[in-house]
Amino acid sequence: MTNHVIDLKNTDCALIIGSNAAENHPITMKWLTKAREERGAKIIHVDPRFTRTSAVADIYAPLRSGTDIPFIGGMIKYVLDNELYHRDYVAYYTNASFLVAEGYDFHDGLFSGYDPEKRQYDSSSWDYQKDAAGNPIRDMTLQHPRCVLQLMKKHYERYDIDTVCKVTGCPKDKYMEVLKTYCATGAPNKVGTIMYAMGTTQHTVGSQNVRAYAILQLLLGNVGRPGGGVNALRGENNVQGATDMALLFHIIPGYINSPMNTAAHKDLQAFLATETPSSGFKVNTPKWVVSLLKAWWGDSATRDNDFAYHYLPKRDASKNYSHIAMFEAMYEGKVDGLFIMGSNPVVGGPNANKEQAAMSKLKWLVSVDLWLNESAEFWSYKAWERPVKNPNVPQLKPTDIETEVFFLPAAGVYEKEGTASNTGRWMQYRWKGAEPVGESKPDLWIIDQIAKRVKKLYENSTLPQDEPIKNLTWGYGHGDEPEVELVGLEINGYYVDSGKPVESFANLRDDGSTTSGCWVYCGCMTTKPNGELDYKPKWRDNTDNSKTGLGLYSNWAWAWPLNRRIVYNRCSVQPDGVTPWPGDEDRVLIKWDPIAGAWVGDDVCDFNKTLAPDAPGGTNPFIMKPDGVGGLFATTTGMKDGPFPEHYEPWESPFKNVFSSQQNNPCIKIWEPDKQGTSDKYPIIGTTYRVVEHWQTGALTRNLPWLAELMPNMFVEMSEELARLKGIKNGQKVIVSTTRGDIEAVACVTKRIKPMVVNGKEVHQIGMVWHFGFKGYAVGDPANRLTPHVGDANTMIPEYKAWLCDVRRA
Amino acid sequence: MAKMGNLYDATKCTACRGCQVACKNWNQLPAVIEPFKGNYQTHESTNANTFTIVKFFEYDDVYGPKWYFCKHQCMHCEYPACVDVCPRKALYKNEWGAVLKDYQKCVGCQYCVYACPFEIPKYHKESDMVTKCTLCAERVEAGGIPACAKTCPTGALQFGERQELLAIARERVKYLRANGFPNATIYGEHELGGLNKLYILGDVPEKYGLPSEPKVSSITTFWQNIVQPWFGLLIPLALAGSAASFFTTRFLKARREQQEGGATHGTHN
Repeated sequence: MTNHVIDLKNTDCALIIGSNAAENHPITMKWLTKAREERGAKIIHVDPRFTRTSAVADIYAPLRSGTDIPFIGGMIKYVLDNELYHRDYVAYYTNASFLVAEGYDFHDGLFSGYDPEKRQYDSSSWDYQKDAAGNPIRDMTLQHPRCVLQLMKKHYERYDIDTVCKVTGCPKDKYMEVLKTYCATGAPNKVGTIMYAMGTTQHTVGSQNVRAYAILQLLLGNVGRPGGGVNALRGENNVQGATDMALLFHIIPGYINSPMNTAAHKDLQAFLATETPSSGFKVNTPKWVVSLLKAWWGDSATRDNDFAYHYLPKRDASKNYSHIAMFEAMYEGKVDGLFIMGSNPVVGGPNANKEQAAMSKLKWLVSVDLWLNESAEFWSYKAWERPVKNPNVPQLKPTDIETEVFFLPAAGVYEKEGTASNTGRWMQYRWKGAEPVGESKPDLWIIDQIAKRVKKLYENSTLPQDEPIKNLTWGYGHGDEPEVELVGLEINGYYVDSGKPVESFANLRDDGSTTSGCWVYCGCMTTKPNGELDYKPKWRDNTDNSKTGLGLYSNWAWAWPLNRRIVYNRCSVQPDGVTPWPGDEDRVLIKWDPIAGAWVGDDVCDFNKTLAPDAPGGTNPFIMKPDGVGGLFATTTGMKDGPFPEHYEPWESPFKNVFSSQQNNPCIKIWEPDKQGTSDKYPIIGTTYRVVEHWQTGALTRNLPWLAELMPNMFVEMSEELARLKGIKNGQKVIVSTTRGDIEAVACVTKRIKPMVVNGKEVHQIGMVWHFGFKGYAVGDPANRLTPHVGDANTMIPEYKAWLCDVRRA
Repeated sequence: MAKMGNLYDATKCTACRGCQVACKNWNQLPAVIEPFKGNYQTHESTNANTFTIVKFFEYDDVYGPKWYFCKHQCMHCEYPACVDVCPRKALYKNEWGAVLKDYQKCVGCQYCVYACPFEIPKYHKESDMVTKCTLCAERVEAGGIPACAKTCPTGALQFGERQELLAIARERVKYLRANGFPNATIYGEHELGGLNKLYILGDVPEKYGLPSEPKVSSITTFWQNIVQPWFGLLIPLALAGSAASFFTTRFLKARREQQEGGATHGTHN
């Protein structure tokens, strides 16, 4: 989240799209309810299905799954046509005024630079016009035909209200209500928030869906201000932390691109030259990278050996290492072993039939979990039971599987100490509440033991290729239990000479004198006057430090970066740095104090603390961007699939794309072209989701009887109309099929899903929870046996949310 | 001690059912796992091991679908019929409004089950006793609040002095009526002479599965006024007593089933 959960109380309007916040983030509703009561805020819910969030929303607008870009694109057009955008904000704080290079073009669904052979863009033409000094040329009147605002206007010309309603299936009156209500937050004294989750991202255009939200928010002046923001509601209590620590393959900790086996990354100098932009806060990349290498390899990382840059594994530039790719490689027998911690691919992986089969080709598998979940027992008879025989689905027996499976019992969240970073970027310490049960151990203990034992195996090696392991720093105490604070110290970073924590990432150096395991977390630990470590995630001061009651609670836990509760907060005040937005005095987070010569306020400024508003760059709030402003237009390195979000149909769709002749996102990688279902055989749109009663793959909740009681079996929700058409009665067992497999589920026939009219044709959508598997008290078939192996062009996130299927009585 | 109670605001409830789990947790009640029957509401009503339940009601109107949620549990009536009919005086009302039960005295006769106008108390076969919500009296008397109100994430459930809650409810209903809920109403202020579980409803009570005019049945009144004063005399006549009880129970049950057959449960599709 750019903002944080409590900040939702400051909003004037919440647009919840691609999220079922009331069910999956129940606490958000507490603050939205407050906003409604105290500010008269409106809640809008846009979703294919009427959910418990819709039930408490002021406006519910249905849309066909996979049509977020038309829905938001139409809003962008409405804002531009009716000049509802926040004029000053847009002119100063976004790239609306920047002139785009003449080479940039868009025609029939394709941007300039597309190579159909490689299925990728040469994005060099997606750039600004620059003056002789290399600075982008701006037109502050926003009238130049090549300025971003005018190009955007042209791009979204096709997204008129009638076309949008025709494609999304949203009734026009509902859409108009959303337009009028939400776009009113473009007024300088109004702020709206967009809350989204996996309903947005799990599409072949997932990243562009989020881009569309960001563009709308920037146009309405809703970013960097209390009650606003682009707010990803994180689906797991520490997924924010996991992402920051580089859970993903393409980054190393702190969102730095991971090195590849290319000439551009051949040594540290080359890597830093490639990855460091010439302007913006990322010019500090060398300090972050060198401090990271020092954290990992300590004394073995010296200036003479490139700070051990050669120890870092380099990924093959031609390969993709994301979830789908990993399981495809496993399916081909290219992977020997797999560690699964806090994951359950037999239930949660896309095309779960294939992923389960892929696991059978492993030599070994280590499962670390609280329970023997479905993945730990993927080899059992039960794991291969299917409701119908399908020649495409492998049928194995335990005797067919040679994978050796190890199970390590893990401690639960209340049985261990450590920090978790919540959806609002708050790093919170959690103390142990109970001792682990039986032989179960905290994850940290397990990793610590493995690392220590692996290092022991290499301790006498003289081979250069073993140095990365041999020389790896691993000092979290000498006892059986690793010390959490020492891990915290490594993440934060310390001065090499004194061992004392570095106070801020501003103090990190690229000369080897500092370390930092993840620069964005630098500053989470300092030294108290008495010499003790002050680990800020342990802060528990429950008072709101905001003088205007904004609910910042800055002394409760610690938020990265540098305890900034609302990022880009330079935007909460006018470009002059001192005047609040008209009528919005109470929502100023920081302002310029000319006497002190510094930015002051209740929040920690997300800006150069001493950079005056009238100094060069003094009105550039988006400090991480090379140009310092919000990117309405994504330039060269921004996105793989275009500078503006453009609608493409989901990989499986019953409809032709009406916006262009490009049916699907032209940059996606298609793993299994033969598995693309067509609407003649599979006429129904399927989607998956979660409910409040269960969590993720259900390993945790389906083993708790009280939660199993609340949602005991796998079910599929469908409209009364579809049920009638298919002769299905409520509560009956049904079979849902796609080209990937079939599942059995209980029909939940409901008034909350309606057939839609799309392009003049009636279409049905069905939805199912993906929590179920064959273990635990609450059991059922995993919905992911149906979902495809196709992902977003930028992130490869699987398209869980829109695919074709059919349903019949069991 | 002033009268205490819960205020449940149905317009703020998101049906997360945290209250149901918190109730089971505090009261250490076992899970009652029944198969999914095509509805999020897993049980028809409260049962002997489920003291509170959130009911789900689906409606359709010109504006689109509506989904109402309503938490059901013992209403802790000001004039509880269950207390009136209890032959052993096992049920009683405490000074701050909770309807409680002395488990030592309960003989499992189930008269309370059939007398309750909200059909809340349920017979627990294993212990041969009737069970229901206690308003977490032991928590309240130790300075706490009921487990359900404690866990509610959205602020839909509050606990406090009944008079104060009523004042909050009146304000809220006024606001709701002016903001898209013309039928918004308070439930429990006057019903059956007042309930210690107060409701803010966004629509008419029937749409939340609550009787708009709850009544204590005439059979119960008859029992209370005629039979019960003579109950002590009936005890020596054990055989006759059992026969009478058998008859009355069956009669009440038949009557209840008849009533239920006519009622529409919005949860069924």
